[in-house]
Amino acid sequence: MNKKPAKSTPRQAESKQYVLRLFVAGQTPKSIRAIMNIKSICEENLKGRYVLDVIDLYQQPQLAQGDQIVAVPTLIKKLPPPLRRIIGDMSDTERVLVGLDLRIKSRCRENQ
Amino acid sequence: MSYTRRQLAKAPTGIQGLDEITGGGLPKGRPTLICGNTGCGKTLLAIEFLVRGATQFNEPGVFMAFEETGKDLIQNVASLGFDLKGLIARKKLALDSVYIERSEIEESGEYDLEGLFIRLGQAIDSIGAKRVVLDTIESLFAGLPNPLILRAELRRLFRWLKAKGVTAIVTGETGQETLTRQGLEEYVSDCVIVLDHRVSEQVSSRRLRVVKYRGSTHGTNEYPFLIDEDGISVLPITSLGLQQTASSRRIPTGVARLDAMLGGAGYFRGSSVLISGTAGTGKSSLAAHFAEAACRRGEKVLFFAFEESPCQIMRNMGSIGIDLQPWVKKGLLQFQATRPTFTGLERHLATIHKAINVFKPEVVIVDPLNSFIIGSNEIEVKSMLMRLMDFLKMKQITGLFTSLTTSGGSLEQSEAAISSLIDTWLLVRDIEFGGERNRGLSILKSRGMVHSNQIREFLLTDHGVELRDVYVGASGMLTGSARLTQEAQEKAAILGHDQEADFRRIELERKRTTLEAKIAVMRAEFAMEEIASVKIIGQEKAEKTQLLHDRADMGLSRQADAKPNKRTRDEE
Repeated sequence: MNKKPAKSTPRQAESKQYVLRLFVAGQTPKSIRAIMNIKSICEENLKGRYVLDVIDLYQQPQLAQGDQIVAVPTLIKKLPPPLRRIIGDMSDTERVLVGLDLRIKSRCRENQ
Repeated sequence: MSYTRRQLAKAPTGIQGLDEITGGGLPKGRPTLICGNTGCGKTLLAIEFLVRGATQFNEPGVFMAFEETGKDLIQNVASLGFDLKGLIARKKLALDSVYIERSEIEESGEYDLEGLFIRLGQAIDSIGAKRVVLDTIESLFAGLPNPLILRAELRRLFRWLKAKGVTAIVTGETGQETLTRQGLEEYVSDCVIVLDHRVSEQVSSRRLRVVKYRGSTHGTNEYPFLIDEDGISVLPITSLGLQQTASSRRIPTGVARLDAMLGGAGYFRGSSVLISGTAGTGKSSLAAHFAEAACRRGEKVLFFAFEESPCQIMRNMGSIGIDLQPWVKKGLLQFQATRPTFTGLERHLATIHKAINVFKPEVVIVDPLNSFIIGSNEIEVKSMLMRLMDFLKMKQITGLFTSLTTSGGSLEQSEAAISSLIDTWLLVRDIEFGGERNRGLSILKSRGMVHSNQIREFLLTDHGVELRDVYVGASGMLTGSARLTQEAQEKAAILGHDQEADFRRIELERKRTTLEAKIAVMRAEFAMEEIASVKIIGQEKAEKTQLLHDRADMGLSRQADAKPNKRTRDEE
């Protein structure tokens, strides 16, 4: 696949399939916000080429150790590499896009 | 309800010494903060708390590592004999390592640490854990953004741990001004223990201090502790009080004259004996005598040598007729030889403790004590020796220590640091007189027994130590050849006296013989005179009788009667 993931440009990333996993803990307002936010971000930027699993750790606590979950909500970008984690309720769309490698981090900072 | 004082429930750590200092262990069901610098033994203490809990107190534990992977941890502590794998397999221990890579994390909005709570809860519930270690939770600050959220979450975590009723250890690195970098002491306020690892005079030492223990008394000092092949041991291993029993049984010193000086019976069993003196005064020889005497009685002796190798000691003692080899072979005598500078004091002390606990001797010899004093660590040495002596007394082991004093200074002064701990103190010293050095031995003190105040000359002969009376006379105290000369002179004088007396006796005899001879001669002369006199008297009598006869005859012849004869008789 991509040999230089760090330097992948948004244009290259567009063609890739995204595997995302969102870990939440229960139906807290934060969880609900996170689910809503990530869904809308994905629909907007990755329409048709993403898989999003939402895992409630209260239902499946054993998954927390394997995926090294400490903070919740955590979104793990399993594919494409590199692996990334985005923590929080996904309210900062720019940062989510950086985390998903849909924005280059330095430019993002300049924009801020 | 009774008003008896109720102690805070405690979870024993099982760590040597720590339970003594904390009065039973860490606060049960509460978190304890252990902080210190890198490499001070925080993780190890925490691990030992869990392992001992699981193996000795049937309290399973969860270890959550934030800095090491589980695999590393298992390997690291395996060298201490902690079999984490086995404990995990038996469901006594759960290991979870939290790995946070800052570079792969992006923060977007509010978050909490519920994931950590879930993991911890899962681990606790899976084995029914009673103990939890979080090592080092401060790593979260490096890995996760937004310290404000973290602080709030940590506060919640400790409350949650308390609610779970688990006894927790939280470790933290020492900060610049606070006990920990992130001020964890604000959240964990029940018990705070600070560890320290310092190097002084090139010798490292570890210290432990209970800074705070809410609801319980605790030792507040800095206690040395060490990490060895069996884990952590905090000193003192002995209690803080003076509660040793004192035996009135006596044991011989191995030198008959010395026994006589010490009230005729030797040292007290379980007492501390110090032999101090300048170099080459025979301290070790006295110690060897004592060791040999103890072995002869069938007692076990542990000999800590800090200057000579066992082989060297045995050779040297062989030269004065003390053969230690057979006792070593019999297993009654054991040598432990190390260089004092080899490790820190605490380690020496712990090694000594361990050796004593393993060998269980009746007599312990430390030769010499003061090689521990390097530079200005005298106070530490004193506290170490105090612990050692306490320990020996508690075990009713007789301790014999030698101490090298420097010539020049007062012999008593250099020992001031430990003299108060010593029961019997022998002083061996050089006596320089008449162009030679001789050894003198005296008893500086001996608690609880009558003892001689005399200085004895101390000889190292090929059959061991001998004590002789010194010559005390008009010219002062004499030892060595001066004493011998004096003794010879005295002997000569006595001999002279004897001869004189003999001479007089003979003279007298002679006089008596002469006198008796004279008496015999005189007696003989007298006898002759007597005979002569008697003869004359006889003659005169005869003559007189004859005269009378003649007169009577004449009367008769003149025909006179008897009357005139009678008259003449009356006239007579």
